[in-house]
Amino acid sequence: MLADLGEDARPLAGGHSLIPMMKLRLAAPADLVDLGGIGELKGIRTEGGDIVIGAMTTQHALIADATLAARLPLLGETALLIADPQVRYVGTIGGNVAQGDPGNDMPAVMLCLGASYQIAGKGGERRVAARDFYEGAYLTALAPGEMVTAIRIPVPPQGHGAAYEKLKRKIGDYATAAAAVILTQSQGRVATCSIGLTNVAETPLWAEAAAKSVIGTALDAAALKKAAALAEAIAAPASDNRGPAEYRRKMAGVMVARALMRAQSRAA
Amino acid sequence: MAKTQVTMTVNGAAAEGLVEPRTLLIHFLREQLNLTGPHIGCDTSHCGACTVDLDGKSVKSCTLFAVQAEGGDLLTIEGMAAPDGTLHALQEGFREMHGLQCGFCTPGMIMRGYRLLKETPEPSEDEIRFGISGNLCRCTGYQNIVKAIQYAAAKLSGASVKEAAE
Repeated sequence: MLADLGEDARPLAGGHSLIPMMKLRLAAPADLVDLGGIGELKGIRTEGGDIVIGAMTTQHALIADATLAARLPLLGETALLIADPQVRYVGTIGGNVAQGDPGNDMPAVMLCLGASYQIAGKGGERRVAARDFYEGAYLTALAPGEMVTAIRIPVPPQGHGAAYEKLKRKIGDYATAAAAVILTQSQGRVATCSIGLTNVAETPLWAEAAAKSVIGTALDAAALKKAAALAEAIAAPASDNRGPAEYRRKMAGVMVARALMRAQSRAA
Repeated sequence: MAKTQVTMTVNGAAAEGLVEPRTLLIHFLREQLNLTGPHIGCDTSHCGACTVDLDGKSVKSCTLFAVQAEGGDLLTIEGMAAPDGTLHALQEGFREMHGLQCGFCTPGMIMRGYRLLKETPEPSEDEIRFGISGNLCRCTGYQNIVKAIQYAAAKLSGASVKEAAE
């Protein structure tokens, strides 16, 4: 139906990004297709080595889910930092990742975790890695008539540590800068690490060099400093009412260092 | 734009009306059902003055289309007091603890408090403050609002103990 309606049609998930954008006349879709009645788009299940989350699963459901709490607590922790209770009851993970808003929190977490998005369109289904999905502010790999139906996340190894550190002015705000980290340790040293950054560029960023730089270290002060500097080097934030670009870039590094430390404290 | 028929349960009674697809739930409630308790504060999903309870969730009715509530079960501030006028524990709490000054945010605060206490009957002060973080008060701060919700929590848990004993 979405594909038949043409280019000016949009799927309506929770609507808590799209409806405010429509009020501001930043979006003016000719048709909306409400996904609220499609039960198959909701829910969290484990499939092989992946956790699969339906696109219409709300942030509230992520926070309450026992599977996630046991195997991937990072998602519930991140969801708690999004907006406020009323918005979390309605806002969905699919909308959060597919909107392409650089201020949204889940995309950087998905880059960090190596997630992929299941996409449906008239031509059938395809899967796109989160790391290849974001092309610019509000620009994604989605073609007109396509939508994200599910998010697939490889289950992290037992004993992993993860954290999402978000600097914001107040509850409900977008990040001044934020960083997602997942790592594993072996004999007191970082064995694997991945880092994602929120709201410090037109798209979420996968901070590959910063993550690589801490592997083999014990996350001592020098390692943290180096990782922060490498993250700052790829950040390209705009100056806005959250602060000048220089400050927000610096904060990206600070968030990376804090997230690394907290992830380490949670790792076996 | 062609209008669509919507049907929902509002405060225990069937309600229906013709709405445009773009009609927001808050406009349907206020202008067609004459339920003016839910307020339009910011109209940008920040302030929470429009909060109502929909199918067991607190929602901001300025950021939902009326058609999205089709078939839903809604509770607004108008449905909180008993038919004989006895105030709900939350309403009583706001009165007793001076939880309102200008009163503009109060319907949203009470409806959010309602769902919060359903999910967390004995909340800590921190849980209350986090739980109402989607509702803004611009008069005087949140101290007495927190006390009002604590009052209601105490009264409701006492009442349920009494009911269980009967």
